[in-house]
Amino acid sequence: MPFELNASIYHYSQVNNLIREAIAKGEKELILTGVNGHRYLFAGVSAEVRAKIYGTPGLDLGCFMRGPRLEVFGNVQDGAGNTMDEGKIVVHGMGGDVIGYAMRGGKIHIYGDVGYRVGIHMKSYQDKVPVIIIGGKAGDFLGEYMAGGVIILLGMNTIYPERPIAGIYLGTGMHGGKIYVRGKVKESYLGLGLKPYPLDGDDEKELERLLKEYCDDFQMDLSEVLKEDFVKIIPYTHRPYGKIYAY
Amino acid sequence: MASPQFSSFYPDFLVQRIWERCIKCKRCVKECSYGVHVWDEKKKTLLADDSKCVGCHRCEAMCPTKALVIRRHPSDFREHALWTPWHIKNIYKQADQGGVLLTSTGCAQPYKNYFDHLVLDACQVTNPPIDPLREPMELRTFIGPKPESLEIEKVNGKFRLKKRLPPLIQLEVPIMFAAMSYGAISLHVHQGLARAARDLGTLYNTGEGGLHASLYEYGSNTIVQCASGRFGLHVDYLNAGVAIEIKIGQGAKPGIGGHLPGEKVTEEISKTRMIPVGSDAISPAPHHDIYSIEDLRGLIFALKEATEYKKLVFVKIAAVHNVAAIASGIVRAGADAVVIDGLRGGTGAAPTMFRDYIGIPIELAISAVDKRLREEGIRHRASIIASGGIRNSADVVKAIALGADAVYIGTAALIAVGCTMCQRCYTGKCPWGIATNNPELIKRLPPDVAYEKIYNLVKGWALEIKEMLGAMGINSIESLKGNRDKLRAVGLTEKEMEILEVKHAGE
Ligand code: SF4
Ligand code: SF4
Repeated sequence: MPFELNASIYHYSQVNNLIREAIAKGEKELILTGVNGHRYLFAGVSAEVRAKIYGTPGLDLGCFMRGPRLEVFGNVQDGAGNTMDEGKIVVHGMGGDVIGYAMRGGKIHIYGDVGYRVGIHMKSYQDKVPVIIIGGKAGDFLGEYMAGGVIILLGMNTIYPERPIAGIYLGTGMHGGKIYVRGKVKESYLGLGLKPYPLDGDDEKELERLLKEYCDDFQMDLSEVLKEDFVKIIPYTHRPYGKIYAY
Repeated sequence: MASPQFSSFYPDFLVQRIWERCIKCKRCVKECSYGVHVWDEKKKTLLADDSKCVGCHRCEAMCPTKALVIRRHPSDFREHALWTPWHIKNIYKQADQGGVLLTSTGCAQPYKNYFDHLVLDACQVTNPPIDPLREPMELRTFIGPKPESLEIEKVNGKFRLKKRLPPLIQLEVPIMFAAMSYGAISLHVHQGLARAARDLGTLYNTGEGGLHASLYEYGSNTIVQCASGRFGLHVDYLNAGVAIEIKIGQGAKPGIGGHLPGEKVTEEISKTRMIPVGSDAISPAPHHDIYSIEDLRGLIFALKEATEYKKLVFVKIAAVHNVAAIASGIVRAGADAVVIDGLRGGTGAAPTMFRDYIGIPIELAISAVDKRLREEGIRHRASIIASGGIRNSADVVKAIALGADAVYIGTAALIAVGCTMCQRCYTGKCPWGIATNNPELIKRLPPDVAYEKIYNLVKGWALEIKEMLGAMGINSIESLKGNRDKLRAVGLTEKEMEILEVKHAGE
């Protein structure tokens, strides 16, 4: 029997305390219902647990966490996966701004659209390669300052058919990592000095592997997703500030 | 034709070798990490390329026969009050290379130093001074929010507090060590700072480069920093210290982020920062999850929640024009301490224009912030920690009398371990083994030496502070806090005195 909690009557701090207590007792499966703007759920939790979350978690879901696998049946607000270390966040809905800020490991799979400044300053280290996959469209500044990891933008499950797939300043200042975009992206939307490139064999393998897991999470048809060609955006230099000083 | 490099024509320093003393031991060749001294095998003599000398004095200090003198280069330009050699040479550098002028340490311009225009009081006749050798003198300081009021109850004939105090950090001296990242300075300096902090009963600050595995044992004397780059930041790190400092800005370069060049990201640094070897470590100018006071509150509580409210959260800003209003917002956002870093705050690397021309002096900022928080009735909710240009124990006393709870020292601690203020930390070649991670250079400053020097410095300052307090007739640093009556101005304008809330000498 999983640990079940109706969050609606509690403050976020109480919910987090109850979650921590349950985990300390050895619970591996948690179910949270009635989540309505509760901030910081699973903040800093370091444990291999799974949770199903019903409702709309508030600011910074899973920030600094290491390990938990969270499945959200609803949308997530700003900052989900902020500086997250390991684990996974699956969102059967949309995401707000600054999702996955400075995340260093783990995965964030969002079914629909996301807001501004998603995946800023993601970084990878050794075997830790953070991944954000967005099924819908993204706002401005996606992957800004990106230092490592992978962002995949599909543009499929969107409520904004009229909008471009990504906002402006896509990948501005990126100095590591990769951004894959399904279909085409206008060069004028890219950060200074960046260009879209066709995929090579290794990229295709990586993309297929990551998207397979994504499609499994949302019961989507992988062949449908792969029908369109992708482009990749990579840094034009790993040393964006290497040449700006006079000594 | 290659264009002439004007900047190489006029060296800053002259390397003078007193040949009668020189025994050609080649020690200078080994000591200079800038390659100034060269052994000419053919002529069996030593040569020196002045244009590469940064004036660190390492070779001079190490020369066994004292055969070297490093002097300002005597070659002069024609005097001109406006176009001083500094301006001329900066223009040459930029004309040669293009790009941003880079420098290190804190502001080098001779702005008015308010500490030097404030004098302290002492008792005479009517109220006797206290001798700290005879009577207890308390430097103990508590950092963190204090309750609005205390309720006391009597249980079994004994008085005690009704409600427990919120968690506070106890310092035995009101002097902490400012954030200097592992990467900017060597691991040995970090180890020295950590040990000194433990033995002095104070705190050191990791800076934004993460925490080296060997330093986790100093947790109860550690402040960990959370800057926009979030390097090496994970739950163990957040839980490692007693406080987490959110770095919004720093006095040496307000409004811009940090940048550790790839050359400095060695194997060990890479492990601690958790980024690949050789890659630039870039901290964006803002935290991109903080665009407002409300967002700042978001991060403060994210950190508190992630650490189960066991850690205090400090917020560090550079002292800028609106510092008082910003500090008020920070306190209202829930910070337990506001750290204000003034115009003269140091750095391992900053654009020269930022270091020298952006931000306001710490003295004015402390007073303005203290006043604003008092007026708003929220002064008790957070401590004020002041930094940037604290050079001696009298500066500490003055900063506290102007309203600070405690101070951070950075540059002073580095000078204690041998820094000669050559202001070239950004090269990563510090010949004194301080601002470097070159495995050969860091050996020049072993952790034990760093510890001893830093410990001695603060111990000396603490004694002086006790003496000064005693002379003023007060027996605890708490009674000095914001006590501007102990200060008088010498040669300040009405406006300056109004901001500092001090009277003129003679009043
Ligand atoms: S050791 Fe320092 S002072 Fe001596 S020559 Fe080299 S840079 Fe100049
Ligand atoms: S730390 Fe080293 S490089 Fe920096 S100013 Fe001091 S002596 Fe020079």
